[in-house]
Amino acid sequence: MTAVLSPAPTDQQPAADTADPLLEVCGLTLHRGTRKIIDDVSLSLGRGETLALVGESGAGKTTIAVALMGLLRRHEARIEGSARFDDMPDLLALREREWTRLRGRRLAMVFQDASAALNPCFTVGSQLMSVLRRKLGLSRAAARTRAIALLDDVGINDAAARLSAYPHELSGGMQQRVMVAIALSCNPELLFADEPTSALDVTIQAQIMRLILDQTRARGASCIFVLHDLALASQSCDRIVVLYAGQVMETGPSETVLTRPLHPYTKLLKFCVLEIGTRELTPPAGGVPSFDAMPQGCRFSTRCPNALPRCASDKPPLLQVEGRMLACWNPQ
Amino acid sequence: MSEMPPIFELLDVEKAYQVSRPSGFPAQRSFQLKALDGVRLRVEAGSSTALVGESGSGKSTLLRVLLGLTQPTNGHARFRGHPIAEARAAGAGPGNGAGGAGSFHREVAMIYQDARGSLNPRMTVLDLIAEPLRHFRLCSAAEVPARVAQLLQRTGLPGDVARRYPTALSGGQIRRVAIARALAQDPAVLVADEAVSGLDVSTQAQLLNLLRDLQRSMGLTLLFITHDLGVASYLCEHIAIMYLGRIVEAGPTGAVLAAPAHPYARALRAASPQFFAPIAAPLPGEIPSPVDLPPGCRFAGRCGIAQDDCRQTDPALTRLSPARAVACLHPLAT
Amino acid sequence: MAVTTPTIDIAEKQPPRRAGLLRRRPFFTLALLVTLGFLLCAVFAPWIAPYDPTFQDIEWMMTPPGAQHWLGTDSYGQDILSRIIFGARYAISIGVFSVTIGAVGGLVIGMAAGLTGGIVEWLLMRLIDSILALPSLILAVAFIAILGQGVDKVILAVGIAMIGPFSRTVRADVLQVRVQLFVEAAGLMGIPRLRIIWRHILPNVIYPLAVQVTIRISEAILVSSALSFLGIGVTPPPPDWGLMIAEGRGFVSFAAWMSGMPGAALALLLIALSIVGDGIREEFDPKLKSGA
Repeated sequence: MTAVLSPAPTDQQPAADTADPLLEVCGLTLHRGTRKIIDDVSLSLGRGETLALVGESGAGKTTIAVALMGLLRRHEARIEGSARFDDMPDLLALREREWTRLRGRRLAMVFQDASAALNPCFTVGSQLMSVLRRKLGLSRAAARTRAIALLDDVGINDAAARLSAYPHELSGGMQQRVMVAIALSCNPELLFADEPTSALDVTIQAQIMRLILDQTRARGASCIFVLHDLALASQSCDRIVVLYAGQVMETGPSETVLTRPLHPYTKLLKFCVLEIGTRELTPPAGGVPSFDAMPQGCRFSTRCPNALPRCASDKPPLLQVEGRMLACWNPQ
Repeated sequence: MSEMPPIFELLDVEKAYQVSRPSGFPAQRSFQLKALDGVRLRVEAGSSTALVGESGSGKSTLLRVLLGLTQPTNGHARFRGHPIAEARAAGAGPGNGAGGAGSFHREVAMIYQDARGSLNPRMTVLDLIAEPLRHFRLCSAAEVPARVAQLLQRTGLPGDVARRYPTALSGGQIRRVAIARALAQDPAVLVADEAVSGLDVSTQAQLLNLLRDLQRSMGLTLLFITHDLGVASYLCEHIAIMYLGRIVEAGPTGAVLAAPAHPYARALRAASPQFFAPIAAPLPGEIPSPVDLPPGCRFAGRCGIAQDDCRQTDPALTRLSPARAVACLHPLAT
Repeated sequence: MAVTTPTIDIAEKQPPRRAGLLRRRPFFTLALLVTLGFLLCAVFAPWIAPYDPTFQDIEWMMTPPGAQHWLGTDSYGQDILSRIIFGARYAISIGVFSVTIGAVGGLVIGMAAGLTGGIVEWLLMRLIDSILALPSLILAVAFIAILGQGVDKVILAVGIAMIGPFSRTVRADVLQVRVQLFVEAAGLMGIPRLRIIWRHILPNVIYPLAVQVTIRISEAILVSSALSFLGIGVTPPPPDWGLMIAEGRGFVSFAAWMSGMPGAALALLLIALSIVGDGIREEFDPKLKSGA
């Protein structure tokens, strides 16, 4: 599936997507006060696809996910752009009442820290069943049966007994499984997973990633992962969007982008990933500029080894190059 | 073989806590929680060792034993041949300074996982880094600003950071200040507890390069606690993998990670994300609690190749080859 | 495994500068000006007050506020405005000194309770509990009964009564600070315990204490005025506001300004101090400030 572009000023529209994308975000821009947190981000997601939003902290990846779930209050941020979801023309224009119907049923989210996302005062069963009853209108008995089936699906042994467990009685991995169960309970079409495994031990991480991928695949759902680990992104996602300080640097099929990165930032990011056996690391110097010092053009220009004078003032458009989309004046 | 005793030597160290849990009101059952269950470790001077483990492995408790903050309930823990508790008590006080035979406090410096929490928010960076200089009387009062400037430069920080407070610094800068402070006391051993976790990849890479350079140029002994095998392989020549209170495999990092002998080490390696490898879910089940371990090998419950004798006998860390050791009755071929 | 969220590697903003503070919080600025006004009255009373506070002008007894006496006069013909201005001296000095006594005493007891353990801590806590069991006013009354009346006795009484709440907060802060990682890090370096207390624990306890002080000054002033109102605090002729309110009590129906004016002054100062205290707390309390 090829990516669809944001309408660039130079109007370089590539071939239109033949398949009908599930989610199409155009020109998403987000301001918090005077700060432009997200700068003209566009992406598209096909049905049954997995997409990784990758970047370091401050890149805005969680903000994008949260904005697309309608979880940002109007007074917190000013959002521009559009997000077409299936038959709904613009998610970002929905009112809260419409969002309440949408969230949980067609869009769902798995958060990073399950112990914070689950209510400690209620049992796991009651939290799961309350979602089922409210969203699907099931009776108590039907919700209970379905809850047991869901807990089984996510690999929790002895599901019937676990319904009456409180979150703190479960391990981190089990709590995360419960979260996945709650997120998948109404068979959403789109699942967001915000760093779902960073808070877990290494051997459990693999289990949970496998679980999320298997379950979404089985239900025909699409998934957007927010990740900071490039290697994990390569293992789990079909497509990747590389973000830096709120701008898209490079996007495309993850295999293409990660085997042969063209953008200087993607290259640097890839070379900073520590695999077993890495002998040399060449990190970029410095850090992300503060918002007062943010360049108008490409935000990576302050640290880019290939930076040209025009990079800081002129924002490069996202163009199709060698099978992926690239925003760079001087990729070499 | 050098005549000098190893920097750290642990022999069958155990640390047990008594835990009581309610079992049928009003009775309570008392369990023994063995945070450390027979640890054998040798850290030679000038080496870099990674201590790897997940939650419940006991690595934090091990760290506290090495620093002398807790005493083991059994076994010996030695620093340069002397029991750690004695070394700590003997070295108390700043009298030793640079000339002394090295007080324990001065020789062993620690970098905490929560670097920000380990720095007093009411002190300037200058005061924070100068504190060990002044306490250990490593230079005269007049020389302090120059020394601090030198340390800041060494750790890649701009000089004007000295008059700022920790709240004004970023996460990466704070870590560097913590490293500078640790270096200020001119230590022989640097113990780092997850010193680069939770950082951006680029910041992490910068700090790792810094630590590696420092270790090589200053000949420090480095003991690095991490859960990340990539970090361990980059930074440390030796690795010790812990599971539920015991070191289950130890040896040169390259050899151990290329061909792990213990099934848990193999699982850890498989679980580390690697580019384009399919996600392996190598280990079933949860990490068990160290309370009330079943008899036999602690890993038998999750091990893919466990056999009958594994559930009867608890293997100790034994030599597999001159450089490697493993705690397994049926180690994998290496 | 601990949850570690990657920290943003941008230098955080510097603590807001003073000028910005005044512009951002208009109520705080207003309250600060009012407080400063009262402070000026207290310091420069002899030069500001139009009349001598004890000068009894028989011709102008019980006059309502007017051109000659801006806030009217009392039953002795004394100018109320001048008395209020001079009364500010008593209010503020009593407030400041008694809070100082309370803070110092609270600091000592709180630190001792927080740093020791076992039986000593238990005894100190029971001592503090017994002080806290009684409201500060009642306690102050009891101390006055023992010590006698007068400005200095009032300061002592209110001060001692305030030791209880201060030591409670100090102890809580000490308990919280002493388990901080930087305290353990200092101990790891082998720094002796007393040095750690002086260099690491005390500075982190003093700041929250200073914030508490600004909040409690108003409480101290209120208690001392109440004592004077009841007739067991400051003895006449010094123009304490509580006394003035008490003197005007009998005339409230037809000469309301006699009690009303000092009452209004008291209320105004207390409100101003509260707002200033809150503002300082919000700006400088380290627990509220985002650290990491």
